[in-house]
Amino acid sequence: MKDRDDIAQALAASGYIADAELATAIALMQRLRRPLLLEGEAGVGKTEVAKALSSVHATELIRLQCYEGLDQSSALYEWNYQRQLLAIQAHRGNGDSIEDQIFSEKYLLERPLLAAIRRDKPPVLLIDEIDRADDEFEAFLLELLSDFQVSIPELGTITATSIPHVLVTSNGTRELSDALRRRCLYHYVDYPDVEREARIIMARINGASASLSLQIARMVESIRKEELRKVPGVAETLDWAAALVGLDVRDLHDAPETVHETLMCLLKTQEDKLRVTREVSERILGKVA
Amino acid sequence: MSCCGAAPSLDEMDEVSRLVSSKLAAFLRTLRDNGFAVGLAEGQDAASLMTSGYAAKPGLLRSAFKHLFSARKSEWEKFDGLFDAFWLGRRVRSRSLAMGSAKAVNNPSLKSIQDGAQPGGSHSATDQVPSSDDAPSSRGSEGRLEGASRAENLAEVDFRKLADPEQIAQAHEVAAQLARIMRTRLTRRDLARRRGHRLDLRRTIHRNISHGGVPISLVRRQRKDKPLQLIVLLDASGSMSMYTSVFLRFIHGVLDEFREAEAFLFHTRLAHVSGAMKEKDAARALDRLSLLAQGAGGGTKIGESLHTFNRWHAARVIHSRSVVMIVSDGYETGDAALLGREMAALAKRCRRIVWLNPMMAWEGYTPEARGIKAALPHIDLYAPANTLKSLAALEPYLARL
Repeated sequence: MKDRDDIAQALAASGYIADAELATAIALMQRLRRPLLLEGEAGVGKTEVAKALSSVHATELIRLQCYEGLDQSSALYEWNYQRQLLAIQAHRGNGDSIEDQIFSEKYLLERPLLAAIRRDKPPVLLIDEIDRADDEFEAFLLELLSDFQVSIPELGTITATSIPHVLVTSNGTRELSDALRRRCLYHYVDYPDVEREARIIMARINGASASLSLQIARMVESIRKEELRKVPGVAETLDWAAALVGLDVRDLHDAPETVHETLMCLLKTQEDKLRVTREVSERILGKVA
Repeated sequence: MSCCGAAPSLDEMDEVSRLVSSKLAAFLRTLRDNGFAVGLAEGQDAASLMTSGYAAKPGLLRSAFKHLFSARKSEWEKFDGLFDAFWLGRRVRSRSLAMGSAKAVNNPSLKSIQDGAQPGGSHSATDQVPSSDDAPSSRGSEGRLEGASRAENLAEVDFRKLADPEQIAQAHEVAAQLARIMRTRLTRRDLARRRGHRLDLRRTIHRNISHGGVPISLVRRQRKDKPLQLIVLLDASGSMSMYTSVFLRFIHGVLDEFREAEAFLFHTRLAHVSGAMKEKDAARALDRLSLLAQGAGGGTKIGESLHTFNRWHAARVIHSRSVVMIVSDGYETGDAALLGREMAALAKRCRRIVWLNPMMAWEGYTPEARGIKAALPHIDLYAPANTLKSLAALEPYLARL
């Protein structure tokens, strides 16, 4: 399929190494104009997909970070109250026309969702960590994603001037509603395999040679297989690779000491640190060719 | 090559497209049979994909359909097998029909649950008639058990002494009702507490336009309180068999009424049963349950089950307002030290741990089982739950959270 390969190449050019399935998902998302739901462990690069996609299309990335208690006024729009109050004070006396005036475009503050549907060029809309938002908000979002129009009681209905590319990410801390799942295309982002992770390191870290990247990727893969509380993601791998390159390590076997000491880039809890002792890290290093 | 890979000449197009669409419809049916929620819109999109070149290679079509049809990780993992089995025939090992096999039906402890529940299911229709006049009263009042006179007698009888099927049916009914009542009381308290301390500027300005915009009457708001989330871990091992059926019925009611609730069943392994328990009909829910849990009997590995829970489910289901309710007699046949460790880990994550032990009310019972000894330091409430009354006594405790 041509558009799939195109997308994979374009993503690679902007620094994101996608596997064939993800490229298919993005191709589908553009063809069917459905949002794409990305699920997966923290740190596997879900948010990066959106960044890469926006640079592929050379368009704006509008990001809505979800949190508990997120409501319409911080996600969709809000009136500019300070200006409204000022206008009311200034027009004291001729009160009839003032209501129409202060509820006009001029006094409207765009929040991410409204901004996303009012751009001339379709932007990439990233709705990050939807599982953190309440389920009322999820329902509201669903409505927006199916009609791409917003009704503001004081102003009327605003229809989308362009349909944004919508990416929704979830860490799975809460079960999402079936309705939202059905509305979206689904892609499960897994930890990359060794070869792809090595390519990611090479693409992202200046000065990481092919052999070092491969060693790092193999090492990280075996560390992921240990019983850890917090399994290191791709972001951690990149941190570690940057640290090793910065410390001028050319080959992991030459510097087992440094390898063990820099493992803190990967292990983020006390428990995991205690578990991966010097012996363990040397054992893992020994297995890496 | 898949059935639709060949490029047809123009006059054959109609014939081919009819074939394709009937095959596609059959595939959608297969997916639905395997628990996928596939709607009409997905079907249309799938058809449009097939006509736009995605059908040229099976691998490509599979990956496209996978994104389109699956909606969660479990489906995502199951999809490839289903697709290959359907479109590519027997070349690939088929996992599609492996689920829900009849193997578990003759499993001892769940069989007894099922038997206990069956009369409950069939009786409930007739039982509704006398209880229907006290149903509204229990909704209208503060929601205690006052209306139900026959239930009153039952309230203090130990579950294991309930013998005659009619009594069991009644106990089930009351257990379900209890769950319903807990829900309404807990939410009502939430509503009464709602007093805002954040200014709602939008409503304030709207209301004060008549004062020339000077904010005289202020409108406040506060975020809605999230209701309590309940997670139940039920021991379904042999030693608990006299109690499991009533508790299952109670859990069924809880899952129905609480918006956020999850249920797990464990014996030597842990099974996530929320899906099966969400079945409206109690008897059918229990039927599905017996298919889910396999290999009961042969002891209880509470520690190991908790380990599985902590590792695979806790991050997803537990948040800061979660109460974990463990129903078990604490007879650990595995490693008691592991149980202690896992309880400590669990206690860190959730708000409260309630351990219900039906044996506790037995005369002369002291917590001597190794398991319960290891777990006790981490438990917030350790209570008996052998009668309906003791079950009802829990509710004020939960409401205070």
